[in-house]
Amino acid sequence: MDFKFTRENLDKINDAIKRYPDKQAAVMHALWIAQAQNGWISNEVMQEIAKVLEINPEDVLGVVTFYTMYHQEPVGKYHLQVCTNVSCMLRGAYDIYETVKKSLGIENMQVTADKKFSLEEVECMGSCGSAPMIAVNEDYYENLTVEKIEEILKSLTLTLSKEEGV
Amino acid sequence: MVFLLKSPFGGFRGFLSMEKIVLPEIKHLHLIDVYLANGGFNAARKAFSQSPDDIIDQVKKSGLRGRGGAAFSAGLKWSFMPKTTTKPKYLCVNGDESEPGSFKDRQIFEFNPHQLIEGILITCYAIGAKTCYIYIRGEYHKWIRLMENALADAYRHGFAGEQMKEKFNTDFSCEIYVHKGAGAYICGEESSLMNSIEGKRGYPRVKPPFPAQYGLWGCPTTVNNVETIANVPPIISNGWNWFAKIGEPKHPGTILFGISGHVNKPGVYELPSGTLLTDLIYNYAGGVPGNKKILCVIPGGSSMPPLRGDQLEGIKMDAESLKAAGSAIGTGGVMVMDEDTDLVKVLARITKFYYHESCGQCTPCREGTGWMLKILNRILRGEGSVNDLDLLISVANNIEGNTICALGDAAAWPVKFMIERFRDYFEERVSKEIKLPVANKVHSMRKTEFPLAEIKN
Repeated sequence: MDFKFTRENLDKINDAIKRYPDKQAAVMHALWIAQAQNGWISNEVMQEIAKVLEINPEDVLGVVTFYTMYHQEPVGKYHLQVCTNVSCMLRGAYDIYETVKKSLGIENMQVTADKKFSLEEVECMGSCGSAPMIAVNEDYYENLTVEKIEEILKSLTLTLSKEEGV
Repeated sequence: MVFLLKSPFGGFRGFLSMEKIVLPEIKHLHLIDVYLANGGFNAARKAFSQSPDDIIDQVKKSGLRGRGGAAFSAGLKWSFMPKTTTKPKYLCVNGDESEPGSFKDRQIFEFNPHQLIEGILITCYAIGAKTCYIYIRGEYHKWIRLMENALADAYRHGFAGEQMKEKFNTDFSCEIYVHKGAGAYICGEESSLMNSIEGKRGYPRVKPPFPAQYGLWGCPTTVNNVETIANVPPIISNGWNWFAKIGEPKHPGTILFGISGHVNKPGVYELPSGTLLTDLIYNYAGGVPGNKKILCVIPGGSSMPPLRGDQLEGIKMDAESLKAAGSAIGTGGVMVMDEDTDLVKVLARITKFYYHESCGQCTPCREGTGWMLKILNRILRGEGSVNDLDLLISVANNIEGNTICALGDAAAWPVKFMIERFRDYFEERVSKEIKLPVANKVHSMRKTEFPLAEIKN
């Protein structure tokens, strides 16, 4: 599948390029913009970025595979990131993690069959003072309990079904 | 800045425990108008009327030490920047904040971003940098937006970029950009951070050359932590003398302590350096839930050597005192574990983190973290033996000091010190009998009929 940046996104990348003395430095910005547009980073996306920034596609691949937040495969509409690092673990993060796994019926790094949810066990997200936490796409949900996470999952499902109803 | 001397609690200079330098308790301080109404950007104005060397000298004398982990003198670091060079110079502000247990910089992005911006202006002026990159970890989407909004406000009001010249009536100006990371703990290491800004894989570089000689794109670069830079404006406003008197003389100022784990009121507390660890836990963070005893405390983020819960009395929270107590201040991220905590599980989780985050450049770290994790998991399954504990320490010792960057040490320390200091605890979890560490695959493939015990005889 071909990938082309929208005009608006291309402008954003050109803005980012101006911040640095060379174009390669804009690659992380370009990847974030591409991920927002495409949902994940495919080979075609990397090739397009290489073309826009006039660098080797291999260098783009190198960056994508180094950083964990660039998705190399499609994720669900809601990407759930559960922190299980020490501070969260001490306050019950694994209970949260198990609850999410059980109610969605998926394991770490899997997507539900309807492509609505995906799950990732992540390292410390900097929410130690409000542990345990999960992030849903870009938003943090903190000071969680098993009851609260069940509520969150319910409300996300509700939002999805409302959207489909429209 | 007058507001620094007063707090809503009526505390004044002298009543130091109430002094808040980085996160003063002023409502809506994140708004530029509020910041200006409280004396914002006066420090920058004052700085621009002095020579850059004067500024470096004041920061040096203030005793300000880096808040990112190494606690290196900020003024000294700045003085390493070459004075005569034809190359452009850069400032990088390290907001990668990925150390488990550390969550202080996000408070600055959220509640006092303009003080950080003002600190950047002063620092850039002092070291002669025209460009500054604020590197913020990718997971902090919200705080990146908050910081970008604050930055846009600063630009609009003429406090950054070309318009600065007019605003401050000076020849100096600098550009400030936010660079968004994408999930890599290692990018908090300064040379790795610079590679990441250059658009490369975040591999740490071999040092020397140090960033001041060969940094971003081979140009002189200074890398400072967010909290360090946020401390600069008050130092310039109130004088180095004032700052040097706060807290412990060898590590002066306030520190943002992030306390987490088994405490009643986890969170970030800005307190003078040298605050007692027990004070922090029991008075500020409200003690341990259920009044349980403390088994273990990690005082500075997960890579710092853990302390025994029965040996916390009298330990002060500053770089020198913690060094004397056998640990380090790190990022000031205090993790408290009560008596019911499974320390093997904690250590295995910490090790899993470093195994996951090792960039893979150096063999000792790449392989060693995996080995340590395997051994710890074996102990967790109840299959460990007493020689596993020595094996863990041996692997840790072979990582420490044998890698390009400090991630190797960061992975080795918790393992080494946790086992050394909690030997009794760990020995209860392993069998006294020495066992072969792995099932003997060769024999199993050959379907040997001799059980191992018989072979030994």
